[in-house]
Amino acid sequence: MSPLNIKLRRELWSLRGQIVSIALVVAVGIMSIITMRGSYDSLVRAQQDYYRQSRFADVWVSLVRAPQTLMPVLESLPGVTAADSRVTFLATLDLDDSGIPAHGRFVSVPANGRPLLNDVLIERGRYLAAGASDEVIISSKFAEARGFDPGDTVRAIINGRSRELVIVGIGNSPEHIYAVPPGGLYPEDDRYGVFWASRDLLGPAYNMDGAFNEAVLSLSDDANPQAVITDVDRVLEQYGGLGAYPRADQPSNLILEAELDQNRVSGAVIPMIFLGVAVFLLYLVLGRLIATQRGEIAVLKAFGYRNREVGMHFLMFAVVAVLLGGALGTLGGVYLGDAYIGIYRQYFNLPGLEYRATGGLLLFAFLACTLGAFAGAIAAVLRAVSLPPAEAMRPEAPANFRPGIFERLGLGQLLGSAGRMILRNVERKPLQSFFSSLGIAMSVAILTIGFFMFDSINYMMDLQFRQVQREDISLTFREVVPDSIAFDLSALDGVSRVETYRTIAARLRAGNLEDEIAIQGFDGDGQLRRVLNADGERIPLPAHGLVISSLLADRLQVAVGDELLVEFLEGKRFKRSLPVAAVLDDFLGLSVIMEKTALWQISGESAVVNGAFLTVDSTARPALNQIFKQFPVVTGVSSPDTMLESFREQLADSMLVASAFLLAFAGVIAVGVVYNAARISLSERGRELASLRVMGFHRSEVATLLLGEQGILTLVAIPMGLIIGYGICYAMAIGLTTDIYRIPFVIDPQTIVISALFIIITAAASAWVVRRRLHRLSLVDVLKTRE
Amino acid sequence: MGEITVHALRDVNLDLQQGEMTVLLGASGSGKSTLLNIIGGLDVASSGEVNYMGRNLSEFTERQLTDYRRFHVGFVFQFYNLISSLTARENVALVTELASDPMQPEEALAMVGLSDRVNHFPSQLSGGEQQRVAIARAIAKRPNILLCDEPTGALDAETGKLVLKVLDRVNTETRTTTAIITHNAAIGAMGDTVVRMSSGSIAEHHRNASRADVDSIEW
Repeated sequence: MSPLNIKLRRELWSLRGQIVSIALVVAVGIMSIITMRGSYDSLVRAQQDYYRQSRFADVWVSLVRAPQTLMPVLESLPGVTAADSRVTFLATLDLDDSGIPAHGRFVSVPANGRPLLNDVLIERGRYLAAGASDEVIISSKFAEARGFDPGDTVRAIINGRSRELVIVGIGNSPEHIYAVPPGGLYPEDDRYGVFWASRDLLGPAYNMDGAFNEAVLSLSDDANPQAVITDVDRVLEQYGGLGAYPRADQPSNLILEAELDQNRVSGAVIPMIFLGVAVFLLYLVLGRLIATQRGEIAVLKAFGYRNREVGMHFLMFAVVAVLLGGALGTLGGVYLGDAYIGIYRQYFNLPGLEYRATGGLLLFAFLACTLGAFAGAIAAVLRAVSLPPAEAMRPEAPANFRPGIFERLGLGQLLGSAGRMILRNVERKPLQSFFSSLGIAMSVAILTIGFFMFDSINYMMDLQFRQVQREDISLTFREVVPDSIAFDLSALDGVSRVETYRTIAARLRAGNLEDEIAIQGFDGDGQLRRVLNADGERIPLPAHGLVISSLLADRLQVAVGDELLVEFLEGKRFKRSLPVAAVLDDFLGLSVIMEKTALWQISGESAVVNGAFLTVDSTARPALNQIFKQFPVVTGVSSPDTMLESFREQLADSMLVASAFLLAFAGVIAVGVVYNAARISLSERGRELASLRVMGFHRSEVATLLLGEQGILTLVAIPMGLIIGYGICYAMAIGLTTDIYRIPFVIDPQTIVISALFIIITAAASAWVVRRRLHRLSLVDVLKTRE
Repeated sequence: MGEITVHALRDVNLDLQQGEMTVLLGASGSGKSTLLNIIGGLDVASSGEVNYMGRNLSEFTERQLTDYRRFHVGFVFQFYNLISSLTARENVALVTELASDPMQPEEALAMVGLSDRVNHFPSQLSGGEQQRVAIARAIAKRPNILLCDEPTGALDAETGKLVLKVLDRVNTETRTTTAIITHNAAIGAMGDTVVRMSSGSIAEHHRNASRADVDSIEW
């Protein structure tokens, strides 16, 4: 082994702490790219494969009832390549438990052969046998949650009659990758499943023989979806068409796309932070290592070693750190990617979804990180090799100090000698101090961003389930019923308050912009469902006019006072012009709300409703659930409490995993910066500190001088990190706004406290490790040696 | 390979008299630095006793040794070892802040003739000036014992003499027990006693009839 390599090996060993901490930062950078980008790619691949395999439709339309003979008309519309019709209904499941009732979304499949579009993918068991009208295929998430296997039977209340159905297969469809029960916001797998059954079973049961209430279309590549939608709506108008919508608005696809968007954004932001810190650390550590070896560099060059050889020697420190980090990061990234995809599997039912990092991605992550890290290293190495040997032979000029801005402002009087030393050291290298602080600030920011995601979801859920939805039970009716049902419901044992509501599908138009949406009619003085804006303030329902979500107002480009053309898609299908009375600054969905009686009036309806909110005595709930199961008109029963509880349960798991990784990632950065900066400081000022020890300074006093600088940088970093974190959170809240939800910009004070405390503790621990080195300072050496 | 015990010092018996100046002479490796380290509380003798005002330093804990250095010993180093981020006055104040009955930093700096350089940083001072700041720093806490390790080792003869004069003056005016370590035999003339070390033992120990004037010393 050449002497230069022996030197390298020994110095690597003595710098192992620093090398490892840099390697970890590099590893985390690579890991975050491989995990996040890899899982994004995996999700997109699984989604596209699945959509193609199962012939995912491009346009959906629900309607009241149309004869099957209308299908050729839809098929022949320009741009349409295929059209399929079906009968779909929501039914209460008759399961042996007294909890909140479970519901099945029943979707018909052809009595013979497979659906043309949105085909069912069988995971276990088999497809329906021709002519077997009591067979069903159920969605795999529901089967898993309820422990159903092929061969089991399940009872469902179909059009008021309890029917026993045989489960022959467990499957999926691309329409239900993210399966949300009606009135819900996220999957509740034990309460909601999708049931595919023969048209022979569902058609007659729902009086849809030779008819359909839903159609799906696929379009040619060059078709204009908006034109097709207009055509479809025109054709179906007289059949009670509820407005066609494109794939982009299909609920499951919408959520999946929103999630992919978010994944892509954070997958780009987070790795950048780690890379930035790694570049800085390598520059700092190598730069310092080289500065302490000026004399040796001079000797090597005097002996005739070339710049390239000397440069390579020092670059090898970076190579070792980066290769170590690269190997760790690649392994960790693939492992973590697998776990990350596991969380997605909990929420999304994407068959074939598995984490796969392509060679290209691994190479990209590795190159991005190594090139970034080497950029820092090369800058330091270039400075060393450019030194002429004679100059390098002389010791570095003594450090030049002068009072900094702080003291020139006259504030220096407030400090003792120790304070002045610390302050001047910070001020002497303003750039290095700034970047150290920035590095630590980044780990504060990472924590803030990570916890912000949970804070905002919690805030949103709390607002929705505790403030807006104040009912104990919410009922949905299969069809409109007279408002007098409120009296029947009030008469039930344990029901203390009933408020009914009416929802009507409508098309809103402002100029050439339009949107299809359900207008909700609530009691103006209702207590159970209140209309609240983002700050939790109640918005009174006006006697005339609409209250609309700000997201919708943006989409339609309207403000308070503007007129909207409302075209009802049900009943008499009236067209009315209505003013926007208030814009609701809410988070979820695109709501259009009216006072209930005003809604009846302008839609030309009698007093009919299609749902009710109830306050009930908790002891009466099991009995009431049983009763509602037998009400033919009730197709949906839900409870905000149970929804919130199961949501929190689900979230808690993901949150635990995510928090662990966030803390680990932020910790790696904080340790990397503080430990390295303190080690460098110790090597630069070891002689000075030892002199102080000789003069009678205690270890703790010397430690304060050494680590006080890191302490100040950490304390500066915390507000800096919070500001950066707030900024990024704010940008994310705006950037992640989708058509269906807005992320509230809410950061819990607890997030700030945890982030700050964690960084202080991590910094203190890193400092403590360095402090122990003070014990090994040789007091005798400083009497003799010169720097 | 077995371990070999090397005795840096052997059979050393030495008294430093209150208020006197002792010059410890010896070549490199003679053990003079080890002796100074032991007297200064930087190192502990593996056997034997070091008595300071009736207490045995060999039995001191690490903390007691630090306090001993803090309150009783002043050090002057060969390479000055000033804190580069502090001005001359602040370097002195660094030590006076710790002491119980210190001089004012300005007073100590006046004593070494640097009244006009108090606000200069080490990088703005010459070597001789830096060493005089170091002396001011060492005496400002009014130590009982002042230990100087090759105080002129890094200086030219002219500047070295200037520094020795300051030490001579400080010793005369403050009556601080002073020990100067040097390999430069000529300096021996300025001490009350001269101790010559060789191979870890005291080779010669004699009192000068009178202390020579620093100006008369030549090397």
